[in-house]
Amino acid sequence: MSTTNASIPREHYLNADYGLKSWLLTLDHKRIGILYLLSITGFFIIGGLFAVMIRLELLTPAGDLVQADTYNKLFTMHGLVMIFFFLVPSIPAVLGNFLIPIMIGARDLAFPKLNLASWYIFTLGGLLTLAVIFLGGVDTGWTFYTPYSSTYSNSQVILTAVGIFVTGFSSILTGLNFLVTIHKMRAPGLTWFRLPLFIWAHYSTSFIMVLATPVIGITVLLVGLERLFRIGIFDPALGGDPLLFQHLFWFYSHPVVYIMVLPAMGVVSETITCFSRKRVFGYEFIAASSIAIGALGFIVWGHHMFVSGQSPLAGIIFAALSFLVAIPSAVKVFNWTATLYKGSIELHSAMLYALGFIGLFTIGGLTGLILASLALDVHVHDTYFVVAHFHYIMVGGAVMGFMSGLHFWWPKITGRLYPEGWAKLGALLIFVGFNLTFFPQFLLGYLGMPRRYHQYPDEFQVLNVLSSAGASILAVGYAIPMVYFIWSLFRGPAAGNNPWKAKGLEWQTSSPPPTENFPETPVVNEEAYDYKPQEVPVV
Amino acid sequence: MFEKFPLLPEQASTYAAQYDLLWWAQVAFTVGMSALIFAVIFFFIVRYRRRSPSEAGSPIHGNIFLELIWTAIPFGIAVVLLIWSVSLFLNYARPPEDALNISVVGKQWMWKLQHPNGRREINELHIPKGQPVRLTLATEDVIHSFFVPAFRVKQDVVPGRYTTLWFEATKIGEYHLFCAEYCGTSHSSMRGRVVVMDPLEYQNWLAGADPEESPVAAGERLFEQYGCKTCHQADDLQRGPSLTGVVGSTVQLLSGETVTVNDDYLRESILNPRAKIVDGYRDLMPAFRGLVSEESLLQLIAYIKSLSPTQTGVTES
Repeated sequence: MSTTNASIPREHYLNADYGLKSWLLTLDHKRIGILYLLSITGFFIIGGLFAVMIRLELLTPAGDLVQADTYNKLFTMHGLVMIFFFLVPSIPAVLGNFLIPIMIGARDLAFPKLNLASWYIFTLGGLLTLAVIFLGGVDTGWTFYTPYSSTYSNSQVILTAVGIFVTGFSSILTGLNFLVTIHKMRAPGLTWFRLPLFIWAHYSTSFIMVLATPVIGITVLLVGLERLFRIGIFDPALGGDPLLFQHLFWFYSHPVVYIMVLPAMGVVSETITCFSRKRVFGYEFIAASSIAIGALGFIVWGHHMFVSGQSPLAGIIFAALSFLVAIPSAVKVFNWTATLYKGSIELHSAMLYALGFIGLFTIGGLTGLILASLALDVHVHDTYFVVAHFHYIMVGGAVMGFMSGLHFWWPKITGRLYPEGWAKLGALLIFVGFNLTFFPQFLLGYLGMPRRYHQYPDEFQVLNVLSSAGASILAVGYAIPMVYFIWSLFRGPAAGNNPWKAKGLEWQTSSPPPTENFPETPVVNEEAYDYKPQEVPVV
Repeated sequence: MFEKFPLLPEQASTYAAQYDLLWWAQVAFTVGMSALIFAVIFFFIVRYRRRSPSEAGSPIHGNIFLELIWTAIPFGIAVVLLIWSVSLFLNYARPPEDALNISVVGKQWMWKLQHPNGRREINELHIPKGQPVRLTLATEDVIHSFFVPAFRVKQDVVPGRYTTLWFEATKIGEYHLFCAEYCGTSHSSMRGRVVVMDPLEYQNWLAGADPEESPVAAGERLFEQYGCKTCHQADDLQRGPSLTGVVGSTVQLLSGETVTVNDDYLRESILNPRAKIVDGYRDLMPAFRGLVSEESLLQLIAYIKSLSPTQTGVTES
């Protein structure tokens, strides 16, 4: 890398103003992105600590480390914190916030005040949910199944529901902000089919945020009403229907998986093209598949209910639709792979994470097909097979994508580089640790170990010990980037505007960018990823 | 502690054998597809590694033909897997007519089972090998899920309705019974065992305990105790419809709709009679919601079904 003569610009968004107030009242999308990064890192550490407790408990078949109730609260909080407060906001609220305006040549998002309000709402929802821990915890599982949640649980269901309800508005407002920004604020010449695929992915994600999130808000509200005022909605003892809850819950909670994974797909499209130094293969097909996944994702929710008592006909329809949503996902994987063909490939850490994403997402997606396969789901439903599958999608997919993006744009965000050797080591440890943690869980699930088990029969121990051992490697893998990123903030060498020789408007402005992103509005007159041999300067 | 370290679950039902065939087919597809993608990626990153810092990749836009191929082939494979899976599932969803009926009631945190001759069990299910068994499942509180990994079967038990599950065991032995749907504090203790026995041994086992009241007999007793007889078996049936031969038939409702009389309709009509009143009758019957336990309800329904001898196999549609 030619960083010897790079320097940090004199003025940029980070030093434009000083003091706590300048951060807490900022309207700059870049600073709000940083606020989100700090918040979700905190939540990731908290959610990770819950996971550590879970894996320690499962080292032995007996429930001997914590009480059953405590264990139930641990996996509930792990799910709630990781999904609502880390995965959902991770790429959109941090990288999307920071990059969408810059990538389309805009000065900020369409509604900067709304953007700041989203962060405050998110923080309020997060604090409410964290308060639950100190007030006794909640033990319903992140799925809140009724009538357990609405009638039988003796834990803090109402406060948790309020936390989730409030947080939802943050997602809705962020999605709305992105949609308007992408529609109205693109630089001159930046037509729809010149947009980076990161933007396409966020465009589709934003629709899901706006359309699906209200449903989870309404659903937890109804659980709260039934619990507080005994209004019969879900509890049959009051005249309600427990399956209605499952339909409503999964109507949000299946699309939410795409809120997590579509942005990761957007990131991967950027890193793979940059580190293959080549135009993406089948641009239109990747863009269209983002939209197809977003749309189809709304009509597959019933595949969570194959053994719930749902009618066999409904089961067949949902199975067919679920198979269908696998097609655009497969199309993406094939196009990324084809992008590597005749590329100039550099195995940079961001690229390692992107390749890790493809591998783990492929396994997660194909095992998802097993779960969508009606008859096969009967046995593995609610077992560790499902746990393994969704961790391959959410951690193997969404988190690998987030790490890829963070390594790719870190120099843009901070103006500084990080030690690439350590970054490669971290990526390797995360990949190995992840597979050691979650692959044994596929086997456990096929053997029949149900999920959410505090204690289990002896014959499942070997695989559980393997899984916990893998988790310790995974934890080290996550700790390494935290250390070198903090080091980089203070000691990292200056990155220069475009350390990876990447295409895209974000690489044309300085690192870190000025508050207004560009000295003057850029004009776009080429397609995305227009890597040409002659344009790469000889170092 | 490590005396057993199985890599594959036991295969002990007719469904398990069919299941595993599709399972391994789809696992093979998963492994094959992943291996293919990983091999191609690995080849490309070696073959096309960056050799000089100024190098750039070839400007390839894409290829419509390739896009069509790799959309069509996965689509074709998906259709085949789907058809296979659906046919297996439909077979699984239809219990055979001659199945042995056993009722199961789940509650936090135990399974209560009752055999046709009245013998009860808790957290254990004794069944004969080689005979289809149909479970009618109910719950007293939250959702549970009846899961026997060795049979590859699982069914949620949902409050307010009946669900059914059937299997035919093929191998004598003892197998895990798990609750698979999270149900609160001791969810992971809500487990037991399924004991598959030789049919003769099963008959001996059934007769072994002190004779208990069969579900039909218990239902008849309850039918009298709750005063159901007064209206449903009186000489003139002005007050309530006759229950003889009614199960499996289609009846006209006051609302103009029709309904097939099955377990769920009987259940609803006992707990909340005004929901669906039969045409020609008035809203006279008191609601029994909260007054009858799930087990008594199953016995009452067993008795009412015994009044329709040709239709004993009928459950929900």
